[in-house]
Amino acid sequence: MSLISTLARLEAVGTGRAQPAATVRHRHLSGRPLVFVPLTTAGEAGAPLGALVGTDRDAPRLLCVSQPRDRDLRFAFLSELADVVLPYIDGYAEAVEAAERTETDPETGKRIKVEVELCADAPQLIVPSRAGVTYVRLLGRSMRFRRTAEQDPEAPYPAPPRVPLLGRWLTHFGERARVPGSALLTAMTDVLARHWATGQSTLEDQHLGALLAWIDPPADESGAAAALRAELARDAEGQLLCPPAGPATDPAFDNKLLAPALERHDRARTALAAAEDGLEADDRLGDVTAAERAVRALVASRTRPTWDAVWRGIDLLRELPEAARVEERWTRDRWSFTGHRDRVLAGEPPQPRRDDAVTAANKLAAREREQARLDAQEALDDPLVMAGRRLAGEAFAGEVVEVEMAYSEGRRPSPRPLVTVRTCDRPHLGERVKVFRSLGGRPQSAEFVGHEGPPDADGGVLLVLRVLDKMGRGKEPEEGSVPQKGDTVCYTLFEHDQRGGAKLPDPEQTPWTHGGPPGEPVPEPADRPTGEDVL
Amino acid sequence: MTTVFDPGAAAAGATAAILRDTLHGTARGVVVDSPPGAGKSTLVVRAALELAEAGRPLMVVAQTNAQVDDLVLRLAEKEPGLPVGRLHSSDADAYDRALDDLPAVRTSAKAGDLAGLPVVVSTAAKWAHVKADEPWRHAIVDEAYQMRSDALLAVAGLFERALFVGDPGQLDPFAIVGSEQWAGLSYDPSASAVSTLLAHNPDLPQHRLPVSWRLPASAAPLVSDAFYPYTPFRSGTGHGDRRLTFAAASDGSAPDRVIDEAAEAGWGLLELPARRTPRTDPEAVGAVAAVVRRLLDRGGAAVSERSPGPTPLTADRIAVGTAHRDQAAAVRTALAELGAAEVTVDTANRLQGREYDVTVVLHPLSGRPDATAFHLETGRLCVLASRHRHACIVVCRAGVTELLDDYPSTEPVQLGTEVKFPDGWEANHAVLARLAEHRVAWRS
Repeated sequence: MSLISTLARLEAVGTGRAQPAATVRHRHLSGRPLVFVPLTTAGEAGAPLGALVGTDRDAPRLLCVSQPRDRDLRFAFLSELADVVLPYIDGYAEAVEAAERTETDPETGKRIKVEVELCADAPQLIVPSRAGVTYVRLLGRSMRFRRTAEQDPEAPYPAPPRVPLLGRWLTHFGERARVPGSALLTAMTDVLARHWATGQSTLEDQHLGALLAWIDPPADESGAAAALRAELARDAEGQLLCPPAGPATDPAFDNKLLAPALERHDRARTALAAAEDGLEADDRLGDVTAAERAVRALVASRTRPTWDAVWRGIDLLRELPEAARVEERWTRDRWSFTGHRDRVLAGEPPQPRRDDAVTAANKLAAREREQARLDAQEALDDPLVMAGRRLAGEAFAGEVVEVEMAYSEGRRPSPRPLVTVRTCDRPHLGERVKVFRSLGGRPQSAEFVGHEGPPDADGGVLLVLRVLDKMGRGKEPEEGSVPQKGDTVCYTLFEHDQRGGAKLPDPEQTPWTHGGPPGEPVPEPADRPTGEDVL
Repeated sequence: MTTVFDPGAAAAGATAAILRDTLHGTARGVVVDSPPGAGKSTLVVRAALELAEAGRPLMVVAQTNAQVDDLVLRLAEKEPGLPVGRLHSSDADAYDRALDDLPAVRTSAKAGDLAGLPVVVSTAAKWAHVKADEPWRHAIVDEAYQMRSDALLAVAGLFERALFVGDPGQLDPFAIVGSEQWAGLSYDPSASAVSTLLAHNPDLPQHRLPVSWRLPASAAPLVSDAFYPYTPFRSGTGHGDRRLTFAAASDGSAPDRVIDEAAEAGWGLLELPARRTPRTDPEAVGAVAAVVRRLLDRGGAAVSERSPGPTPLTADRIAVGTAHRDQAAAVRTALAELGAAEVTVDTANRLQGREYDVTVVLHPLSGRPDATAFHLETGRLCVLASRHRHACIVVCRAGVTELLDDYPSTEPVQLGTEVKFPDGWEANHAVLARLAEHRVAWRS
């Protein structure tokens, strides 16, 4: 944890309220996000219990599996989920704008510009917490290899149409969520914790109720007390007042409320199956429906508070103005969305279970680049984030006290002005370390020449820098390209832009050190049903 | 009857076997594990010269520019007439200007300019941008355990066969984003190049350099037991071959007493009272600086097998190692105030591969409230505890043993990954137990 976030947390403890960790919003927030609050069944990996899903905060769609171990009911749930999620996604697939992309021409091998479509906007999925992101990934994985009756008439348990497609999309969202700064799939706790520092641990920040209690406590209560209540307070029946944001449920709820309701439902179904005539069946069908309704009510009672909390979080985030470089990062999300849309349209197979060596290395490189870019962009967009970097010795701000013209040696001398900056920061500068400042949104580099004299009475030091570039081609620097005496400047020790890495070999050129080419892709079967899958 | 261990013969035997497999073997790769100071660089230079002599075009892959420059200098020193190419990036100051004075060394940012030279040396990052129609017959990959698997993937297409040399006990490569998704895959891009290589080619010959020439007889057993329990090594020198003496007698202060202890035993622990502190613990930083100042003031002289007479212990023969960069910065500031700014102060990552007579180490767990995976990492402690030829002085707050007991390793177990032995918890305990025998309490 950085020093500034430790300080902010101490301050939060002292004041009883979360402290801002950012002055602007560093993540894209869609005007019409799809909020998804899933619940899972305890002890059954990947058996959903229910969910609230939708784009209208006042009218969420409640989906429920009244017996999570029943495959048919589970498929019905997934099919219903597809009915909500896929039309939402399709709503963004149509509107496109023309864009250019550089591609390698297969014939000449040259890099050329190609006209392509770019979706004008992209969908955004918001789940309550990081565990929700993992669950989206799990659902995606459990669905994308399923075969529908149409795809494979022999499939023993054919999936309803569109369920495999939903699996592919959820997989894409889950994979994209691993890219730093991306916003196609976002966990509300992560975004809130990015913008506010609470007086609790980062682990506790994963509890959406407690996090919101710190950020926005009731008028008469401290954040710490409200957070404690959110975590622990129970009603007369022993149920949590603020149910966990899921997908896991509280054991007290599972044991005391859910298990009896499921059992009632099972009994009613068994009785219905054993009915001997129509009249009796009608009667017992009524019991089944009542039992189903009871489970639905239970699921609704546990998901609704979380649903409201997510929307409260969205309200809080919308109060922050969007940071300048969020748009640029969202454009990359749109590229990602467009790319997957095209792969689906082209009839490509679902994402493989495991990445091959080249894909894995490419993904890791891309994410490391995005992480470095995100760190730099957040600091450049937000003085509070920059303050943290300054405190860590990775940047410094100050006033220009002297500018001396100097030139490079060589046949055509270029301007290399020496700029003296007075700063009270303590950057970790070594000789000839490069530093960067933003000049009209583009980085201008300078190198550290040395300190001038000892620190003054107020702790200020004089740093001499040599400006290296972005001053035009002439002998004299262009107007406005060199800091002037009296200017306030902010230099960073980190680079503002990320260079692209080297190109890796194509997967079919995988070298012997990495196992050689992976071979032809084979269609991957879905997980085989086990004894436990069948009731 | 006892056989006398002859370190010179053991090392020569290992080197001969490595060169035989490299030059005449049939396997596409040869892996060499080298403990700290076991003559890895010497081996690389020797292998490079023999491959060049055999007429096999050779590319050498190192991890940092400093390592590349160092290798080129060593090659030129050993064989001044051998044409060597130094491939560098197009940045300003991409390579050490000292290379410009070497007549046989050609530097360029373009691989094409260096085509046909018997040896071309560069970093893995630069090699990754090279496109070659014809692969090199042979490659040497230096510091292969510090190279990430994805970096090897980017360059492995450039060579037919390779010699991989590295130290498995040092810091593992790391990624700045999570990579759990690929944990357990043989080609996990964040794993080390050697683990991927061996996972796919388990039959490659693996060798080990058995003798550390750097570590003194007092240090080799501890470092070997704590960090290389299954691949032990010995020191090349015996007890009494190296001596550290001081012209000025001790003034009885804690720094002087710990210096005397370390001069005598090879290890010294300067223990400050237990306390939770920020990373840049001012007292501990002050203690480190005080020890360094006294080392310089007392006129130290080091006797070793390298020279007949004692060599003075000057500022360039002393280094300070820390876990974090801000700690290094704090120590540098403190040393500058004491007029000892020329002493090297750096983090474990940057001290890898370097060697000094005396090192002063700020213990990674000193003053911490918790023991995270970063601070427990075996490689970090191993690097810090194995940079010295004579003595190592550790500055630490009391209570680290209890801290370790409060924080057993709790990293999630990933299926399919190789468990690394020893874990940081155990290695830390082993080192602390030994240091406790050489404890000097700080009295302020």
